[in-house]
Amino acid sequence: MGHNPASPMMRFAPPLLRSTVVALSFASALVQPVLAATGPVLGYDDARHLLARTGFGPTDAEVRVYAALTRDAAVAKLLLDTSTVAFTKPPASATDADSLPPPRGENATEAERKAFVQQQIREGLELRAWWVEEMVTTKSPLTERMTLFWHNHFVSGQPKVRLSRLMYQQNATLRAHALGNFGMLLHAVAKDPAMLVYLDGVRNRKGAPNENFAREVMELFTLGEGNYTEKDIKEAARAFTGWSVDRATGQYLFRPALHDYGVKTVLGKSGRFDGDDVLDLLLARPETAQYVTSKLWREFVSPDVDPMEVRRIAARFRDSSYDIRVVLCEILTSKAFYASENRGTLVKSPVELIVGTVRVFDLRPDRTLPFAYAAAGMGQNLLAPPNVKGWPGGETWINTTTLLSRKQFVDRLTRADDTPAPTASAMADGNADAVRRQRFIRQMDRGLSGVHFDSDPWMTRFPGETPVERARWAQRLLLPVEPQQATDLSADSLAVVRGLVLDAAYQLK
Amino acid sequence: MDRRHFLKSSLSVAAACATGVGAASVSFAAGRVDAGYRNLLVMIELKGGNDGLNTVVPFEDPTYYALRPKLAIARDAVVQLAPRAGLHPALAPILPLWEDRQLAILQGVGYPAPNLSHFRSIEIWDTASPSDVYLQDGWLTRVFGATPPPRAFAADGVIIGTNDLGPLAGAGTRAVALSNTDQFLRQARLAAPAGAAQNKAFRHILKVEADIVQAATHLDGRHAFKTEFPQGGFGAAIRTACQIVANPSGVAIVRVTLSGFDTHVGQLPTQARLLGELARGIVALKSALTELDRWNDTLVLTYAEFGRRPRENLSNGTDHGTASVQFALGGRVAGGLYGEAPSLDRLSGDGNTAFALDFRSVYATVLEKWWGVPSQPALGGTFAPVPFVKA
Repeated sequence: MGHNPASPMMRFAPPLLRSTVVALSFASALVQPVLAATGPVLGYDDARHLLARTGFGPTDAEVRVYAALTRDAAVAKLLLDTSTVAFTKPPASATDADSLPPPRGENATEAERKAFVQQQIREGLELRAWWVEEMVTTKSPLTERMTLFWHNHFVSGQPKVRLSRLMYQQNATLRAHALGNFGMLLHAVAKDPAMLVYLDGVRNRKGAPNENFAREVMELFTLGEGNYTEKDIKEAARAFTGWSVDRATGQYLFRPALHDYGVKTVLGKSGRFDGDDVLDLLLARPETAQYVTSKLWREFVSPDVDPMEVRRIAARFRDSSYDIRVVLCEILTSKAFYASENRGTLVKSPVELIVGTVRVFDLRPDRTLPFAYAAAGMGQNLLAPPNVKGWPGGETWINTTTLLSRKQFVDRLTRADDTPAPTASAMADGNADAVRRQRFIRQMDRGLSGVHFDSDPWMTRFPGETPVERARWAQRLLLPVEPQQATDLSADSLAVVRGLVLDAAYQLK
Repeated sequence: MDRRHFLKSSLSVAAACATGVGAASVSFAAGRVDAGYRNLLVMIELKGGNDGLNTVVPFEDPTYYALRPKLAIARDAVVQLAPRAGLHPALAPILPLWEDRQLAILQGVGYPAPNLSHFRSIEIWDTASPSDVYLQDGWLTRVFGATPPPRAFAADGVIIGTNDLGPLAGAGTRAVALSNTDQFLRQARLAAPAGAAQNKAFRHILKVEADIVQAATHLDGRHAFKTEFPQGGFGAAIRTACQIVANPSGVAIVRVTLSGFDTHVGQLPTQARLLGELARGIVALKSALTELDRWNDTLVLTYAEFGRRPRENLSNGTDHGTASVQFALGGRVAGGLYGEAPSLDRLSGDGNTAFALDFRSVYATVLEKWWGVPSQPALGGTFAPVPFVKA
């Protein structure tokens, strides 16, 4: 376990982040309340809410662990039990440093070009399947939720980046900083090869600046619209000139000959700025903390931002030199987070719905690619967000098509298994490959029929003397709010589960 | 008398007939109070970026033959329509529509600052945005948000064969996507009729469930057409479209998709096959909608993310281009040539053609002239309608 990503760390720490306070800020923010943790415990529903909003489909056992903790202790545990690396091994293609660079236009034959495209498509699918597998199995769900959050904040997409290897590298960078420091994450992303391709940094050169990255870094990554001028973008673009990618290694490369060393004026400050200087200017603005905090609020609390609370939490975020665990700690211990009017107000993303369903029912699929396809079918094709703004999310996840896909997905997974598993004799006669292949085709064909859910043993995991008591716990676990249609909790276990997951409330978190 | 004059005079007679027939048959739309959504829009997406130059061929332009030594359609193979424009031979089945003045050829449809990415460019078309503005909602979603189709309709729009809602993307419109009506009706059993809900997200989900239930209640897919639909996926999509139109409760727009136009390699056989499917599909559509007495209140529009580069590439194909030709067809279409044929001797730096007709002018035509709803708010600007539909 613990695969180590190539570390695209900064060669020099930006001034804002040089302070040693950075490393300590989260600890100091937490240690005191945790030590003084004598308040009331969370209880089942609050614990379920905390884990559902910060992970994927918590199980009853997981909820009960957190239910016994105070709010502060629970949040501290959640934020400290986090990994910065994936637990599963990525596909070999993702880390193969010798894999071929894209064929150069004029020198490439048609066959070479085709082979390259096919290979990238194949590798991209492997990478998606791997990420879904990581989300399904990780011991640190919050790490994956935040990696996904940053994937939708610092957007890059494989259709433009093409090289799956670069997409993997970016994914590893997002994960390494997912719960780290936002300033360091921003600096790392700005030099991330996939990002340099996606937002045309590689085309940004002295005398012929490309403003794509400079614009999006202000509009979408830090300040938010309206907090900068067109002039700021033009000047900032000059500062990022020369930030490029080494074609041979796929790593960040500074090309001094292409860098504009002149004086730039950005956000009212002038100097011979380079890209790192500009990023620090952006981090110094309060708007950046507010913009990112608002987005986190909409991710975790409610679609409606409370401006007072966001201002308060953003100030703490900025004071901590952008410690992501500090801002999350503030959000996850806030009154608003636990308020009853905010329960069930967020729509699960396709990935949350899929991975959450797999985890809560402990389905253990042996192939995760069909799940990546399922997510794409519901409108969330991992590694390929629709554009630089990412998936708009929220209510836009749900239309007639996607809602039916979502319902069909849970319907299929919780249906009494109607496809017999390959018989032992077929497996034993040396024909295992054919069996596997057939099963794969069937999975692709029918979506996900290879996955088996057995409702009786699942239901017995709940405490309770009677089936109805256990069914009541199942409802409390599976739904964030009262169901739209009352399920008959005295029905057989499969009927209960199906009634609950097909309810509209199951689409919400 | 040259051919053009001949066509003109014979067509104006045909056009007059068509108008007469149209006026008689729209009695069904007598309750047209709000907007003219009883006028049906059928959009056909030519996914991948159809090559306009080989669709409507400038067969008298020597530059065309110079740019396309391998891919040009030979002059005598072209189905000649006008002195400078002829159809790809695979489109011959729609020649009668041209002769009946029911085919408008919209030349050079595009937009300023064209984007050559499939994804981004179709998003620009679907959201009707300027090329540097990202909008979330489809252009029809904005239109229906401001002026909704009648509640009694089975749905505002039906998307056939793809999950991507395109012009109907976004909340607030009753858009249903399905591949065939039977499968949709099976799936729709998973949707429950709505009730009250505690919050906005919940309400939205329940509304969408209600949309599914409403559409499922009105569609049955069992109309027995005399028309024979072509074999293959596109023919099946056209059949499904006709099944949907056959439901008496109405729908404002149906979108079907024909994929595979991204002809970087070996274009000739691929495009010929696709244009053949398109032509046979259109002929079947016309025949089936005529059976339903709906052809005179149907407007068929083709669209695509872009056309293709005039100069052929080294793989017997063409690369992503910009402006292209589109078709408008229907019983009340004012047939003829609109826009301008591409000027092949004045290509841009990257070898592409300038646009002559903004696609938003085509949309404005649909909105103002076909449905009678204002176009300015939905299109975010004033775009002059093109006179290709008759009142």
